[in-house]
Amino acid sequence: MIELLVRDACIGCDICVRVCPTDVFDATPGGAPEIARQEDCHTCMICELHCPVDALYVSPRGEPDPSVDEAAIVASGVLGSYQRALGWKRGMPGGADDDPGVLIAFKRPPDPSDKVRTQLYEVSMRTYIDVGPNA
Amino acid sequence: MAAVQHLADHLARGAYDLNLTTDVLVIGGGPAGMWAALAAVEAGARVVLVEKGYAGTAGPLSSANTGIYYIKPDDPIHRDGMVTARMPLAFGLADERWLERTLDQSYANLETMTRWGFRWPKNELGQEFRARLRGPDTLIFLRKQLVKAQVRILDHSPVMELLVSDGVAAGAAGVNRQTGDTWGVRAAAVVLATGGTAFLSGVAGTRGNTGDGYLFAAEAGAEFSGMEFTSQYAPAPYGGVLSRGAHLQYATLTDNDGNEITRGRKTVEAIQNTGAAWAIVDKATDDATRDMLRKTHAHIFLHLERLGIDPFRERYRIDFRCEGSIRAVGGLAIDDDLATTVPGLFAAGDITSKETVVGAGPPGGGPAAAWAIASGSWAGASASRFAKRLGPAAHSRAVDAIGRTGLRAAERRTSAVSIADVTRSVQAEMIPFERNYWRSGPNLEASLVRFASEWNEIRDGALATDGATARDSARNLLRAREAAAMLATARWINTTALARPETRGLHRRSDYPNLDPAHEHHLTTGGVDEIWVRRRPVSAGAKAIAS
Repeated sequence: MIELLVRDACIGCDICVRVCPTDVFDATPGGAPEIARQEDCHTCMICELHCPVDALYVSPRGEPDPSVDEAAIVASGVLGSYQRALGWKRGMPGGADDDPGVLIAFKRPPDPSDKVRTQLYEVSMRTYIDVGPNA
Repeated sequence: MAAVQHLADHLARGAYDLNLTTDVLVIGGGPAGMWAALAAVEAGARVVLVEKGYAGTAGPLSSANTGIYYIKPDDPIHRDGMVTARMPLAFGLADERWLERTLDQSYANLETMTRWGFRWPKNELGQEFRARLRGPDTLIFLRKQLVKAQVRILDHSPVMELLVSDGVAAGAAGVNRQTGDTWGVRAAAVVLATGGTAFLSGVAGTRGNTGDGYLFAAEAGAEFSGMEFTSQYAPAPYGGVLSRGAHLQYATLTDNDGNEITRGRKTVEAIQNTGAAWAIVDKATDDATRDMLRKTHAHIFLHLERLGIDPFRERYRIDFRCEGSIRAVGGLAIDDDLATTVPGLFAAGDITSKETVVGAGPPGGGPAAAWAIASGSWAGASASRFAKRLGPAAHSRAVDAIGRTGLRAAERRTSAVSIADVTRSVQAEMIPFERNYWRSGPNLEASLVRFASEWNEIRDGALATDGATARDSARNLLRAREAAAMLATARWINTTALARPETRGLHRRSDYPNLDPAHEHHLTTGGVDEIWVRRRPVSAGAKAIAS
């Protein structure tokens, strides 16, 4: 659930108010938004991803976590870590160049006794990845 | 507090703050709805898309990645292999032609995304991999395409009810939950793409998925198929909410006594019988593999990290969380054109029945994602054709606002049961393993009696109460409609579950733990106040596979 909006970092752009799919935030006149309905947060972490200044922290728990401490979170460097993990920057997607899905899906051959999946694997390597002996 | 009568009355009179007219109205801004909108534009329609949350961040895909079918049409070995691998999981209820059709359309749409400039994952040789979608990237990319295609988007604008003209879908009306304003869209055709429901089990990305579209459709007279195949559960770290298990193919799972177990039913049994299940991602033995896993499934590992778990080095406790009808099977019955049984009303994605593609299930993320974008395309194109046939006359039709339970009570009084009561009652039945993972005749019967009495009460008495502001009232009305939708959905599910005394795919009965060939048929259901269920034989295509 959303736990923190770091007011010192927030620039009041209200992007989180707009993109939050469960309408957790309320805009305030001229200031940082408020976390108005924490109980509606469904932990998709979209607000963190779209925040241009890394001012939001979402806990991975489905219940409010009273132990979350703003000073500790800021000091820990965890702010912005979701964007970094997904290759986003300043609230914008950065492409998937550092997402090696291509290897993970096909690197490990299936159990040789599973004829269907072995065949799929070999064809996939040839047709989609093109890293076979003739590549 | 008074019931929210004024808002419901506004809606009943058609006195909307915002009035729009369009060819195709798409309800729901997840992948299926956005593809439906794009396909309708492509076919020449003007399109309005309304979304309860925000089109581009709404729905379960927002919270993680998903695999998806990307199989080239000129690749018979891979295609046939997929069909051969998939069909036994369908338990006799799928139709090979629909699976092939889905593979083709999914491939075509992913190629289209490439033309539009989507940035796919690459390996170190610069080669792209298109069989997996990054959730948040994909959704926001599709929203940009909507904007380019001049689709009118209404965000934070939940539908409250459909508008119907003489039995034909003719639009929808709702509220803006951030302003409290009402809106109405008159349309020549409507596409429902509001997804499934996890009954607010807390799983990441599913708060908006309360089954609203099921109720809207049923009020218009639409029918459902396969609603019993909706007992979908998925692994999540204990105390966490991200129910994704892709990394567990590299894990060892154990029960609470340390015995090794497999993923799925054995995991649930371990939790039920030994008190807990545990996982350690110990089959990723070198740093390179760990690094790839971490990057490929970044969402999963980020959640684990924030829970203080190092999944490669420590055994951590896992849970199986209820996803209900999300990426499950059952939903609105549809024909080849993705038309529901209500003229002018089309459907796409998780809200539809996927039986023709995955049978009794489980479909998993890949097939569900492929189905979302493929069925979205078909529904959008069909809706556009329907709108063209109607022509301009569509907009001069007299329409009725048909929303009832949760919106417009039969009597001018407040319901004796509250939104919280209804939600608790539904959750107590649809979330626990001992009620919904393993269903039983006596439990189903008891729940249906309770559900019927609660339904009658909220049908007669108003569920929503007035708030301090128009915005609060709109939110209260939305909560009431959501509760009604979840209760109605639980009734369709449990009615069909009771009518299937066997265990098949995503439907498990503790009193009938085996598959029974006598029940190789579909179950159709529907009705709002009185729920009915009947059998339908499997299609010729499915029979050909089974024999």
